[in-house]
Amino acid sequence: MSETGADADRIRHLLAAEGDQIKANTRLFNEERYAQIDDVGSERHERYRTRAREIKEDAIDRLPDLIERTRASVEHNGGTVYVADDAADAREYVAEVAADADAERVVKSKSMTTEEIDLNEALEASGLDVWETDLGEFVIQVAEESPSHIVGPSLHKSREEITALFEERFDPDESLDSAQALTAFAREFLGERIEAADVGITGANFVLAESGSIALVTNEGNARKCASVPDTHVAVAGIEKIIPSVEELHPFAELIARSATGQAIPQYLSLLSPPVETPAVDFDRPDEPGFGGSDAERDFHLVLIDNGRTEMREDDDLRETLYCIRCGACANSCANFQSVGGHAFGGETYTGGIATGWEAGVEGLDAAAEFNDLCTGCSRCVDACPVKIDIPWINTVVRDRINRGKDPEIEDKLVDGLVPDEEESGTPLRKRFFGNFETVAKLGSATAPVSNAVASLTAVRRALDAGLGIDVRRELPAFERETLVEWADGRTTVADPERRVVLYPDVYTNYVQPERGKAAVRTLEALGCAVTVPDVGGSGRAPLSQGMIATARSKAEHLAADLGAHLDAGRDVVVVEPSALAMFRREYEKLLPADEYERLDEGSYEVFQYVYGLLENGADPDALTAGDGSGVAYHSHCQQRTLGLEAHTVAVLEDLGYDVLTSDVECCGMAGSFGYKSEYYELSVDVGESLADQFEDTDRTVVASGTSCTDQLEALLATETRHPIQLVAP
Amino acid sequence: MSTSPIREFERSLHRVDATSSVVEPDGFDAALADAVEEPAVGAPLPFEDLSLADHPVALDPSPRELREARTGVTGSRLGIASLGTVAVESRAGGDELTALFPEYHVVVLRSSDVRPDLRSAFAWLADEFDAGRDSLVFETGPSATGDMGALVQGVHGPEAIHVLLVDDE
Repeated sequence: MSETGADADRIRHLLAAEGDQIKANTRLFNEERYAQIDDVGSERHERYRTRAREIKEDAIDRLPDLIERTRASVEHNGGTVYVADDAADAREYVAEVAADADAERVVKSKSMTTEEIDLNEALEASGLDVWETDLGEFVIQVAEESPSHIVGPSLHKSREEITALFEERFDPDESLDSAQALTAFAREFLGERIEAADVGITGANFVLAESGSIALVTNEGNARKCASVPDTHVAVAGIEKIIPSVEELHPFAELIARSATGQAIPQYLSLLSPPVETPAVDFDRPDEPGFGGSDAERDFHLVLIDNGRTEMREDDDLRETLYCIRCGACANSCANFQSVGGHAFGGETYTGGIATGWEAGVEGLDAAAEFNDLCTGCSRCVDACPVKIDIPWINTVVRDRINRGKDPEIEDKLVDGLVPDEEESGTPLRKRFFGNFETVAKLGSATAPVSNAVASLTAVRRALDAGLGIDVRRELPAFERETLVEWADGRTTVADPERRVVLYPDVYTNYVQPERGKAAVRTLEALGCAVTVPDVGGSGRAPLSQGMIATARSKAEHLAADLGAHLDAGRDVVVVEPSALAMFRREYEKLLPADEYERLDEGSYEVFQYVYGLLENGADPDALTAGDGSGVAYHSHCQQRTLGLEAHTVAVLEDLGYDVLTSDVECCGMAGSFGYKSEYYELSVDVGESLADQFEDTDRTVVASGTSCTDQLEALLATETRHPIQLVAP
Repeated sequence: MSTSPIREFERSLHRVDATSSVVEPDGFDAALADAVEEPAVGAPLPFEDLSLADHPVALDPSPRELREARTGVTGSRLGIASLGTVAVESRAGGDELTALFPEYHVVVLRSSDVRPDLRSAFAWLADEFDAGRDSLVFETGPSATGDMGALVQGVHGPEAIHVLLVDDE
């Protein structure tokens, strides 16, 4: 079976086996997060995000110094710091500490960092009895599975599955057929093991250099017991967890639970500067006062793990990954993750959007390659991330590196001759096909309608599926013979205009949906603008989505020069396709010199944002087509929402008398080429279904801003979906 | 806002499924006797004028007493009005263990120690750290888990919390 076929089977299996649980749980976290942000106020929330980002940038910048300060503080307190170069180094150290303590039993609280270094297996191999005390981790341990989510390791399991698992494994006297019964059983079972433990292992959500403290975030209380009952405590943390002092902890304390599970604050935020004064409890002397009167000194070890992090710090594109506080908000806000969870959208250890950065950094590109393509670049995680990590960019960079690492294939010679891209030999053929969609569209348009007829032939579709993995079930875009640029060429526009506008003919608008471009032109002209549609190239979105950064940069440079000339001549740039505008606003910052980026960023507008501005400044709304109360079901584009531009469309439509229902899903799941690929077809349909469910029984007119969203809605609802500008255009 | 911090604190406690009562200092002993369910263990209160000495609360308990106690009584020097949070400090008297093992945690707090929000709590914390008191837990509501398919309170920590606010202002 081809690799694509195997991936398709795996995704199909996970959709069926784990999808419902993952969906319910991640969406709940997500909804609670939104509710909490509303509660605290988005302005305050933003201030904390900005501050948290600053603290992390600064801390990673001077990390070597902070490691030494941490060492000095912990030693001053009476503990020990060990900086482990890699996983094996860390495992050996912890095993030595356990041996020195003559330990037989170890209890652990949840820690992704110990998962990263496979600590449990190593300790068990050296003869220790190791128990996970977080209930989710305990379920995973009993099931012998891997965590499917950074925060909720057993998020993919239903209560019924856990009952069956526990009853089979433990053969309890009474049935464990409720969450209460399961919890009571686990509390009892793990309580006994905690009481008899010799070593307690925790992670650390934050390490405070100045005081040598660790901060732990939990809801169950198990980390508190693991840290306080045994007299030996080992805390394991990546070196990136260090911040300067308790003062810098405040914004993170505000953000972490809100971002993770939508709580105002976790049940327990522990700040410990071990060895602590709390007496260790000696349950072997049950009747001795003073908690058993243990005369053992408390022993504390902080194991700081490098394991690739120093290299990540020196890597301009991966460095941001180190700002991650492991809240899982990127996973919860990701439509694809909501469907398949971390067993598809994850690597050896880490799951969700930021996992690509972690896996590439600590495990290597191969581990990241397993799931990197599940990121569609929709950018919904960007606003969710409490430290403002540009997760889609990390995914793109890693995709580019994976592409370049592939063995050159024979087709490359053929492709090199056909496509004008900047990619090295080795970039997979299919990626280069989608990445060069502009060339495909140009050819398709020039030969339409023959090209469309040919593309719909069964034999051709089968060949596209076999050769490029383009799913036969997905309708291909139909190319228009007359492009938007051709239509506009030589056209007379408004004389003596209020403003002069360049309508950017992105690839889709130009070749596939010129009608929405024409509607945009008519709308702008009706509001007093002179409009030109220049013959310029693609934004680079298509190659960037495939991880073809060099090609995307080349496109960006050409386009910025072309549009820059118009901007210099006093014209505003108006963009119909949100994913193209998102290039100008977000990715061009990475692809272009600062002044080029700023010029375009400041001079370009989403079409409804621009219309909104014109109406606010006195343009006559009567020049547009009024709604007269007619119902509209509107799906904004994911990247448009990240840019905060959904509201303009809604406001204009409502001002014109339309009754607007907006979608409340994160993403429709098409995101450019994603939904065309065979292994992701079913996933894209699953993701789209929640949107379809919301709009299905409506008698409203369905409109969507993005091309891929339009394609998805038309496929799922079997009804025509247009751009909202086509409603209001005269 | 005109609401007093104490009222807000009580509302926040209610929201996180904790209960509370406010008493004058001379009513403390009676109120505590009402609140405590035996058997009980406790840690010495960090206040000069309030003590657990006259109560059926075992101080410096044995492991068996700790395990079998229904109630754990500790004093706290920080409440956060906006969140319903109390601080459990790591002290030699075993506050952390007393607050954690029994299924019912009774917290004694002076009203003057209630601060408005997390920001003000961190300002207090900075001073505490400077003074070398740098181990504590912010506790907000009963321990909880969603890992078993529904929200369940009372996991490794208490399933119920009562805050006894002593009005010292």
